[in-house]
Amino acid sequence: MLTLRLYMLQRITALLMAPLVLGHLAVMIYAVQGGLSAAEILGRTQGSVLWFVFYGLFVVAVAVHGAIGVRAILAEWGGVRGRVLEGAMWLIGLGLFALGARAVWAVTFGGLT
Amino acid sequence: MSMSTLAVTIERSAGGQTTFKVPAHDNQTVLDVVSWVQQNADPTLSYRFACRVGMCGSCAMMVNGVPRWTCRTHISKVLEGNAVTIGPLRNLPIIKDLAVDMDPFFDKWVAAEGVHHGALTRNDPIADIDESSAARVTANAGIECINCSVCYAACDTVTGNDAYLGPAALQRAWTLLNDAKDEGRVAILDAVSGVGGCHNCHSMGSCTHLCPNDLDPMTAIAGLKRETAKTVWKRGR
Repeated sequence: MLTLRLYMLQRITALLMAPLVLGHLAVMIYAVQGGLSAAEILGRTQGSVLWFVFYGLFVVAVAVHGAIGVRAILAEWGGVRGRVLEGAMWLIGLGLFALGARAVWAVTFGGLT
Repeated sequence: MSMSTLAVTIERSAGGQTTFKVPAHDNQTVLDVVSWVQQNADPTLSYRFACRVGMCGSCAMMVNGVPRWTCRTHISKVLEGNAVTIGPLRNLPIIKDLAVDMDPFFDKWVAAEGVHHGALTRNDPIADIDESSAARVTANAGIECINCSVCYAACDTVTGNDAYLGPAALQRAWTLLNDAKDEGRVAILDAVSGVGGCHNCHSMGSCTHLCPNDLDPMTAIAGLKRETAKTVWKRGR
């Protein structure tokens, strides 16, 4: 059920995610040395264009990559076809994007509540 | 049951199984066993074969759940104890007993543009082919396919995706893409880029593992993925 376009989108987003995952893990390991607090995280991310772009890109890549992957599983293991399959893919992609974008927005522009 | 007798279970199209006692011999292929059953025990058993020497590709069946060319598979290689189970090829509609409808397999062969796309006429001189060129070597690696459908029956992606063209058809598309005499590059790349195209392959490798002629459809499909991916970046192919 994968066309060339979906295949390329999934490969390109995989390429994007590889360095982003490594960067994410590296910063996590570095940042937790000597304890970690919400205030400390927000201190780094609030108003930061760099972290907004870093995690914003991450969220877009995850949403596209994950939706196409689940689409293949739904089609091959669940026998889902046609409009239901397309709909499920978009729902999963937009859902992942909404969840991720909300978090990125919150740590960039939100404050401690 | 002594070891000089084999317990041969054959899956029948009525949904049941029948187990036959078949005399064991030193030299005996799976096809010999099926033929013995048809000739001596049950003349209503339907199965398909022609050449008996591994050339025609018509005798493939599931043997203990694994697709094999039965005329070149020695029974001693597949016996579990003294028993063996033989069924019709997976992933294809059953006509009767061990005979399956090969139409989907061959239809997909054509759908993958597994046909000659010639540009010359009979009046043109025969084009020279450099047998040592890289493209020819790549094409040669895949051309000895006998259309037995063992790879098609082995492929889990075919099972999960009825549109998937399958290993044999895609491998033929790959050999034609590398054939200097074939002018169908654009048609082939289009044909293998749709919902049933090469991008659905998960590289599980059952095709390459089980091909009776030791061909490597998985690598051929990887080649198609590479070539189609390149077309995304450049126009005109």
